[in-house]
Amino acid sequence: MDAFETHTGVGVPLRRSNVDTDQIIPAEYLKRVTRTGFEDGLFAAWRKDESFVLNNPVYAEGSVLVAGPDFGTGSSREHAVWALMNWGFRVVISSRFADIFRGNSGKQGLLTAIVSQDDVELIWKYLENNPGAEITVDLVGRTVHAGEIVAPFEIDDYTRWRLLEGLDDIGLTLRHEDLVADFESHRASHKPVTTPA
Amino acid sequence: MAHALDHRNAAAEGSQRVAMAGTLAEKVWDAHVVRRAEGEPDLLYIDLHLLHEVTSPQAFDGLRLAGRPVRRPDLTLATEDHNVPTTPGPITDPVSKIQVETLRRNCEEFGVRLYPMGDADQGIVHVVGPQLGLTQPGMTVVCGDSHTSTHGAFGALAFGIGTSEVEHVLATQTLPLKPFRTLAVNVRGTLPEGVTAKDIVLTVIARIGTGGGQGYVIEYRGEAIEALSMEARMTVCNMSIEAGARAGMIAPDHVTFDYLRGRPHAPTGADWEAAVAEWTALRSDDDAVFDAEVDVDATELTPFVTWGTNPGQGLPLSASVPDPEEFADESDRVAAANALAYMGLEPGTPLRDIKVDTVFVGSCTNGRIEDLRAAAAVVQGHRVADGVRMLVVPGSAKVRLQAESEGLDKVFTEAGAEWRLPGCSMCLGMNPDTLAPGERSASTSNRNFEGRQGKGGRTHLVSPLVAAATAVRGTLSSPGDLDNAGRPQGELASATTGEA
Repeated sequence: MDAFETHTGVGVPLRRSNVDTDQIIPAEYLKRVTRTGFEDGLFAAWRKDESFVLNNPVYAEGSVLVAGPDFGTGSSREHAVWALMNWGFRVVISSRFADIFRGNSGKQGLLTAIVSQDDVELIWKYLENNPGAEITVDLVGRTVHAGEIVAPFEIDDYTRWRLLEGLDDIGLTLRHEDLVADFESHRASHKPVTTPA
Repeated sequence: MAHALDHRNAAAEGSQRVAMAGTLAEKVWDAHVVRRAEGEPDLLYIDLHLLHEVTSPQAFDGLRLAGRPVRRPDLTLATEDHNVPTTPGPITDPVSKIQVETLRRNCEEFGVRLYPMGDADQGIVHVVGPQLGLTQPGMTVVCGDSHTSTHGAFGALAFGIGTSEVEHVLATQTLPLKPFRTLAVNVRGTLPEGVTAKDIVLTVIARIGTGGGQGYVIEYRGEAIEALSMEARMTVCNMSIEAGARAGMIAPDHVTFDYLRGRPHAPTGADWEAAVAEWTALRSDDDAVFDAEVDVDATELTPFVTWGTNPGQGLPLSASVPDPEEFADESDRVAAANALAYMGLEPGTPLRDIKVDTVFVGSCTNGRIEDLRAAAAVVQGHRVADGVRMLVVPGSAKVRLQAESEGLDKVFTEAGAEWRLPGCSMCLGMNPDTLAPGERSASTSNRNFEGRQGKGGRTHLVSPLVAAATAVRGTLSSPGDLDNAGRPQGELASATTGEA
């Protein structure tokens, strides 16, 4: 996963709370054999409504989603994170996230920035007055910059460190590759291998 | 049906496991720790990683996106099982076809050995590993499949994992894991004749509940377990997950060693001697303390069947459908009422009066050669009852060949049963073998969940002996219910006890 320090991109105001993972990616899209291409199922039900924010072409390049409280509730499906990232989102801003969704996001490199609901309201107004405006998310300084607005955000130190270093779970383990190799050098010779006997 | 666990060491519950290794599970765990750090999960080395087509595609895709190779293709093995048809010919369902083709492409690209449909070593992943001698005592074995607990029968620490973990193991051959608790299930005394491994494990699940094993690794112990053959031990460990347990294990002994000796991937020569010396030490210390214990008296066990929609809703075959009102616990009462409604059963109906439409013999629980021998011995000289369909699906291509060399296929087909190609088949109906809505089965598989064997299908979990007798009588039955007049004496006894 790519290291994340700051990101600047088009902000998308999603004025909804309790956005559950069935809304983010409906179950019918889960039969796939890849973890790419889920952007076509992102918010599939809502996108049938012409007035839905993502149907507005000015947000076509959107990469920072600004949502209401309790984002990512419901099913634990990792596909919800894949769908957001496949669409092009790098950051979701909300005043409250569901735990499993936040955990899954951290593993995949999607930044979930916890911003107070008052600041979310300010950012929504800014984006609605300036459709297509870019906002900057600074993970080093833990701040969101939208026009004149500078809003602090919360993120736990461990996830922040992993994102700054670009380390997913596998990346973290691979930092100890020397220990794995050392363990392998001591494995008993009678342990089986799957290659032809 | 409250959880009847005896918490002998309640203080240890939920706390970090103490490092002093006492139980078998802890010994295997400790021998695989690559890295241990305060406040972090242990990083465990994985000796064998098994793959099938359903849970691996996104893991391989993740590797591709990150540009990572498979670290140890030589410790990785794939087989096609969940989607494969059990009648000759290609896969017709498009989704199934894509999953199988994706596995083939991934194995080719990443250099992983694959046993495809039609291969001499193809079969259900949990039948193939042991039969090749790849599953050995003291190993860590994982697969993106909950029934990986099967391999614990060899004294291996074996458990199912999710797709992200599959990717992690592919990339690193390790897994970060949180500690577990230990549960001893002591099955004391000798099993009565006609009572099998399946009856043991169904009884244990009914006693402790489908959540009773949550957070635990179960070690099955006691005379009745020691007397089981390797294949019967696999049946017991296989269903550990149905009690909610992370894994199930049995200490290796001479039965284990005899099973392994001479198998394609078993050690040979000096390696064999070294391995046996190491394996012999793999048992829980006499003073080892388990976090909880359950005692089962084997002498009291009888053929056991499920009446409901989870594997814990079971009773002896001699019992009747329970009355939900008789359950003390409110949630058990509601669950029982819902189950009876789904199953179309009336309280008080003798279980022996329940008529079935289909009998399924197979799956990673009961699809091995001894299971087929046991079922064949019962149906021999009989006919499958009118209106009943009996499907016999070997667990692997090797099991199928072995059965045919013993003439078991003829026994089944002459009795009117269908003899099929190997695969997971009607255990979960991902291939065309499914129940129609409302259809009722007696099944040697592992899950009786609503819709598991087909939308609206009704499943009774049973042993191979009960399955075969049920096929003949058309209602849930044990071999003792059959009229065996005129049949050669001793035929049943030789094949039905599952003893070593």
